Amino acid sequence: MKPDGGIYITLATQFALMSLFAIGGAVAAVPEMHRLAVEVKGWMTDQQFADMFAIAQLTPGPNVIVVTLIGYHVAGLTGAAIATAAMCGPTCLLAYYVGGIWEKFKTARWRIVIQAGLVPISIGLIAASAWVLTLAADHSAVAFVLTAITVAVSYFTKFNPLWLFVGAAVLGMLGLV
Amino acid sequence: MTETDTPAPRQAQAITPPTLLELFLAFCKMSLSGFGGVLPWARRQMIEERRWLTVAEFNELFSLAQFLPGANVVNMSVVFGSRFGGPVGAALALLGLMGPPVLIVVVLAYFYAQYGDLDLLRRALSGIAASAAGLIIATTMKMAGPLFSKPYTTAPLIVALAFVAVAIFRLPLPYVLLTLVPLSIGLAYLRLRA
Repeated sequence: MKPDGGIYITLATQFALMSLFAIGGAVAAVPEMHRLAVEVKGWMTDQQFADMFAIAQLTPGPNVIVVTLIGYHVAGLTGAAIATAAMCGPTCLLAYYVGGIWEKFKTARWRIVIQAGLVPISIGLIAASAWVLTLAADHSAVAFVLTAITVAVSYFTKFNPLWLFVGAAVLGMLGLV
Repeated sequence: MTETDTPAPRQAQAITPPTLLELFLAFCKMSLSGFGGVLPWARRQMIEERRWLTVAEFNELFSLAQFLPGANVVNMSVVFGSRFGGPVGAALALLGLMGPPVLIVVVLAYFYAQYGDLDLLRRALSGIAASAAGLIIATTMKMAGPLFSKPYTTAPLIVALAFVAVAIFRLPLPYVLLTLVPLSIGLAYLRLRA
């Protein structure tokens, strides 16, 4: 697919809009990314989406770089740059200005109320991400077991997840997943 | 996200403000260390290694970053950078955090585009994807724990509504939030008024 101007505008507007609704961080927006990229636009398959999330997890740094991968997949290097800038730009500007005045409202009641109201929403959204990613990634009993093992190890220990990924990759290469 | 309540060693109040170069390099370092999430490394750098923030200040900074929409650590880099270096500080902290991983991921994206259909790579990625999904489930569990241990709040109901709307019914996020945010803040207001 040869990218034209239209696809750049779509990437810029969709990710900029999405970022403003990402309450609870980039992972909270994963179901919306999946809805956009797989269901609405048909840019990629369910499995390709799961692959991209896996590559983003393999890369050190913030989880938001999954957006860079989606942008690259859709429209090459320019797409990667546009998607990343759109996902980070508006929220960074917001953070810059709100960060300056936030201290003043440290004990304000409205601030405490808003925070208490937003926490359960962000947890619900991250739970939805977990659901979407599990359905996209797990197509066999072994894959489900692998997911379950990762849950147990990362919930109960401080083991570096990178080693779990290495083990999972080896099991995958052996054709077991 | 989940590490904010672990106690860290106390330290002296005197904190040397970072130079712009130190700011940039510190964010590069925490970004490149952060597999499966940057937050634990950000804590380690800012509180324990560099001593730029106390534990309470870090928690305060992170709660603001979570409160704002968008990627949490990205927001945190901007707020922290601006506090010590204005707009230039914010830009350098952001560049340190995002620059190295974006370069790495673009190289990986290129390889995926070239060789994504190779059977061996396909199988390796299937394994990693299954494991990566597990990591997010564990994150959810750690975050939800404190919320469900408090009795008589409506928070679990809101969690469930957000989950069902987004995961099961696949409703567009803006509509879900325009409904749930006022509802949840309203319920929090009623609860905290008591």
